[in-house]
Amino acid sequence: MVNSGHNRDDQASKLGMWLFLFTELLLFGGLFLVYSVYRYMNQEAFLQASLHLNIAMGTVNTAVLLTSSLTVAMSVSAMQKGNIKVSINLLILTLLFACTFLVIKYFEWSAKIGHGLFPGMEHYNMLEPGEKLFFFLYYFMTGLHGLHVIIGGIFIGIVIRKIKTGKVRPDRYILLENAGLYWHLVDIIWIFLFPLFYLIH
Amino acid sequence: MSNENNNTISFYETGKGIFSWIFTLDHKRIALLYLYSVATFFLVGATLGILMRLELLSPGSDLMHAKTYNQIFTLHGVIMIFLFIIPSIPAVFGNFFLPIMIGTDDVAFPKLNLLSWWLYIIGAMFALSTLLFGDGPADTGWTFYAPYSVKTGTNVSMAVLAAFILGFSSILTGLNFIVTIHRLRLPGMGWFQMPLFPWALYATSWIQVLATPIIGITLLMIIAERVIGIGLFDPALGGDPILYQHLFWIYSHPAVYIMALPAMGIVSELIPTFSHRTIFGYKAIAYSSMAIAFIGYFVWGHHMFTSGMSGDARVIFSVLTFLVAVPSAIKVFNWVATLYKGSIELKTPMLYALAFIFQFLIGGLTGLVNGALATDIHLHDTYFVVGHFHYVMFGGTGFAFIGALHYWFPKIYGKMYNEKIAKTGFTFLFTGFNILYFTMLILGIKGMPRRYYDYLPEFQPLHVIATVGSWILFTGLIIIIVNLIRSKRKGPAAPRNPWGGVTLEWQVPSPPPLQNFDKKPILSKKGPYDFK
Repeated sequence: MVNSGHNRDDQASKLGMWLFLFTELLLFGGLFLVYSVYRYMNQEAFLQASLHLNIAMGTVNTAVLLTSSLTVAMSVSAMQKGNIKVSINLLILTLLFACTFLVIKYFEWSAKIGHGLFPGMEHYNMLEPGEKLFFFLYYFMTGLHGLHVIIGGIFIGIVIRKIKTGKVRPDRYILLENAGLYWHLVDIIWIFLFPLFYLIH
Repeated sequence: MSNENNNTISFYETGKGIFSWIFTLDHKRIALLYLYSVATFFLVGATLGILMRLELLSPGSDLMHAKTYNQIFTLHGVIMIFLFIIPSIPAVFGNFFLPIMIGTDDVAFPKLNLLSWWLYIIGAMFALSTLLFGDGPADTGWTFYAPYSVKTGTNVSMAVLAAFILGFSSILTGLNFIVTIHRLRLPGMGWFQMPLFPWALYATSWIQVLATPIIGITLLMIIAERVIGIGLFDPALGGDPILYQHLFWIYSHPAVYIMALPAMGIVSELIPTFSHRTIFGYKAIAYSSMAIAFIGYFVWGHHMFTSGMSGDARVIFSVLTFLVAVPSAIKVFNWVATLYKGSIELKTPMLYALAFIFQFLIGGLTGLVNGALATDIHLHDTYFVVGHFHYVMFGGTGFAFIGALHYWFPKIYGKMYNEKIAKTGFTFLFTGFNILYFTMLILGIKGMPRRYYDYLPEFQPLHVIATVGSWILFTGLIIIIVNLIRSKRKGPAAPRNPWGGVTLEWQVPSPPPLQNFDKKPILSKKGPYDFK
């Protein structure tokens, strides 16, 4: 069968992943556009609504994701140097950071939902329209982002498996690099989400 | 490469049975899977069009109520745009011929290619399922404008989810082609030794990759609106319906260049071959493809001139709309210049190419009439717009698709089609097409609104003429399809190069073997259109 690996092309794989990342950026880009328009039209309401968010938890999550980007990059370096065990351990560490992020997110969301601050619930229904928009966008965008954290985590999990079975190795680690690239995208989207939702001034 | 027979037996022989097709990784088989799917849905969409024209034979309700009519034109648009035109040329002819034309044995990511087709089928099933439950298919028009699309009880969420899935299919095709063109060209084939069809596919693929996600997220927002009702696009709840229109058209305008550019790429292949002359202005055409793709991102507001945008915004969009016409016109001039002093052979594919130039010209010029602010106020949402876009999408892309089908038929199937019957089919199609859609231009100027199933009696004569045109057109389609199916079964064997073409696909057997090339491809030093 053609393209059975005899014509392996790592540059092509990487280019393919970058193109996919562009599509993800544009997907979120549409939401950022909607956010910009509605924030411009409801500046006071967005500020008021943002006060409901817990800046401390948001900051911890930002640090967690940034560190996880570091560990995944270190994992790639380790693989390049042939340190397979270190590479795997760094990936596992990355996954732990991802789980931490999701756990903190869970507590953030459940706190708000517990206060009835979710579209359709009592407290939410009493908000000004601008504040409603803020919260809808908050749940939609951080929710979509959380979904991508899970997808990225699964991707990294797959790479860990493939390293253990020898399919990903120092002379053939483009899959690890691509997983790292995807993870960096997930990280950078959060870097934009965090100030836009938590740090409105 | 372990089986040497793969160089001599055709790609049809390298596996039998349905599973060897629907789970294939061979770009040629995937192309044919797309061809049969796309053709089937085209016929469904065309039938819906015929039904619309029957309803419009006289004012008032003839065959159906207003809501049914709305559902039919919505489904007609969704099917024709998302299930036919957008995938058609790239997924069928791009998949089949891009690797061959650049001298390689498959696309960069064959598994993604197969996934792309499966997503297409799943999206198509979701779209058609809207006929089967609840309040029936969406009745919003294919544009799904808010707030009606949020409020209506018809199956908008399912239709929109279908479009979301189809968007991924499109993105994957584009991604695959970009990487294929960057990485898999034959050694010795630089960017400017590549034929113009790959160039067209390259420009198209960038639009597919960069524009489609925007409609993806917009459609998700519509679903969220319908499910949660937060007021993103509902003015009563603080939202802005015009924001929806902006988001929608930021994709859907570039989408029309996804439709047009591959078709222009086809014409850039047909004209030189059937003039037996090198293309005039190769680099200009290549650069124009990229320019159209680029400028096309910035004109979306011309769909919204009457929506309440500021005067300044409208002027900017209008100017950019006129600007994007320039590279298109450059291509038309170059094609015509290629004909000059050529040894012209009026075979069927050439007839389609020439019809394309004629019809795309009318479509393009009527587009400028729409793009001028003053005239657009009168023509927006009239039949003039409907005539305009059918001229470019059907008279342009549709005809290019059928022309490509005839051109590459001998290569794909190893058989020749019947030239006389093909020309008869073309004549019916061309005649019927122009009667149907030119009439619409006149109807529009006279004030007939679009998407209306009822109208004032003064419009009836023109509607009758248009409907008769649709019957002639449909007859042409039947003749063409029957001819091709019969020729596939019983046609005479086709040689390697029936047309005297000079691009690489004419160096491979008809039909090609699995690995495409049975001998090493030979590149001319004088460029891709070296006619001696």
